[in-house]
Amino acid sequence: MSHHIVEVKDLEYTYPDQTNALSGLSFKIHHGESVAIVGANGAGKSTLLSHLIGILVPTKGKVRIGDYPLTKDTLSHIRRCVGMVFQNPDDQLFMPTVFEDVAFGPLNLGLPIEEVEERVMSALERVGAAHLRNRPPYKLSGGQKRSVAIASVLSMLPDILVMDEPTAGLDPKARRQLIRLLQSFTHTKVIATHDLDLVLDLCERTIVLSEGKIIADSSTLEVFNDEALLIRAHLEQPMSMQGCPICRKNEMMKIVPMAIATHRLR
Amino acid sequence: MLTMESRWLDVRQLDEMGSQKTVIHQIHPCAKLVTTVIFLTVVASFAKYEVMGLLPLLLYPMVIFTLGDLPVGGILKRVLLTVPFVIFIGIFNPLFDQAPYATIGPIVLSGGWISFLSILLRFFLAVTAALLLVATTGMDAIGMALLKLRVPRIFVIQLLFMYRYLYVLLEEFIRTIRAHSLRSFQGEGVKPKVWGSLLGQLLLRTIDRAQRIYQAMLCRGFDGEIRMIRRRKLMRSDIAYCLGWSSFFIMVRFVNIPQWLGNLLIGGSG
Repeated sequence: MSHHIVEVKDLEYTYPDQTNALSGLSFKIHHGESVAIVGANGAGKSTLLSHLIGILVPTKGKVRIGDYPLTKDTLSHIRRCVGMVFQNPDDQLFMPTVFEDVAFGPLNLGLPIEEVEERVMSALERVGAAHLRNRPPYKLSGGQKRSVAIASVLSMLPDILVMDEPTAGLDPKARRQLIRLLQSFTHTKVIATHDLDLVLDLCERTIVLSEGKIIADSSTLEVFNDEALLIRAHLEQPMSMQGCPICRKNEMMKIVPMAIATHRLR
Repeated sequence: MLTMESRWLDVRQLDEMGSQKTVIHQIHPCAKLVTTVIFLTVVASFAKYEVMGLLPLLLYPMVIFTLGDLPVGGILKRVLLTVPFVIFIGIFNPLFDQAPYATIGPIVLSGGWISFLSILLRFFLAVTAALLLVATTGMDAIGMALLKLRVPRIFVIQLLFMYRYLYVLLEEFIRTIRAHSLRSFQGEGVKPKVWGSLLGQLLLRTIDRAQRIYQAMLCRGFDGEIRMIRRRKLMRSDIAYCLGWSSFFIMVRFVNIPQWLGNLLIGGSG
């Protein structure tokens, strides 16, 4: 495939219980772009991601990945080029050992054993988890599980990475390592998250969802500087854009006594 | 709930045993599967009152335990889990079948007791053999072997999913029970009134989670085919393993070895 475009056109989805999750979504993500999907809880982020990998089928509208529209016949091809990292790594890791888990995808691609082994090891090395290869996944720490889950997707050599809350439940160090790892990837990335600092570090473009609709789609800085928009989407500016908390407090300490003093003088 | 959680880890232990690399683990899954099936058939085929004739079959689990480097306690604990069922099946035999069958010195054993003993021994042998197969092969490899032996794919996949669902069920069960015990202060387990909603919750939650796992599998190209990294060809040694054990089992079935040995020693006429 020459270009890994993700195109969504008038996407609409209603759950079987008649909850309308997505209505009239349209966007295009180009090769190598890194796009964040942000929004309140229940805004439709996970539902949208499920459409990009064909777990859900649109009620209306179209999804196109690269040169293929997403249909039943192209599903296996699309799943080959889109790698999905689930929100909960426990849902993604099910084999008895890390090695076998990372090998699950490549084996399903029908690759010869030597090639599978090579891919597994290079994916594990990429995420810094080669030493865990013989461990059972359920005994790993949260950060290690996340790394292995990413390796299990990388081993299929996807062109597009789709991630749901990649930093949820990670300690600050593991989170920083993950961000560095993701920065080193050249894949097209679509990341649904509440971690807006991660968005600032990783994604040049942000799509804001609210009640199943796109309410903004522009550069990340532009979105984060629009406070009215953020409030509407149940978000707030990333911590790193909010200025130093100590200075802010000191500033308040200076201003308040001064105000009281001037008031008294009057 | 500590005991519950450690027991859950125990369940996974069987999987860990399966990924060892001993002589027994190296044998082709098909060979082990066929051997186990023949073993089970032979165990089941003995006459109702047979006890002595079954004893030589104990050699098989003993050899696998030793060569497979398996923790005897770990496996036997699981065998014990099935004992209540076995006791229910056999417990009425001594009541209904009181005809004297054998005497040991002054003690007269009724046919019921003998057949009960026979049932216990058979169950012990059968369950141990099945657990040993899982512990030396791993569930996925057994699945692959079943497919090779032309068992319809739908059954094999059902079996594998059921095995995986067991973990999901246990994990969610532990979480539910933990949440319950943290907020119930009588401390005396779950009341019958709560059981209904608790189990309902459990079912819904496990279905959800199983669905997500299945989706994760689909995303990584799962198409119903089971592919193994440790694929290997059936070799002569595998066939020899299978034939060796099978002929031993069949010999045990038709020659009462303890009796034969006894005759050999005291020179009686069989």
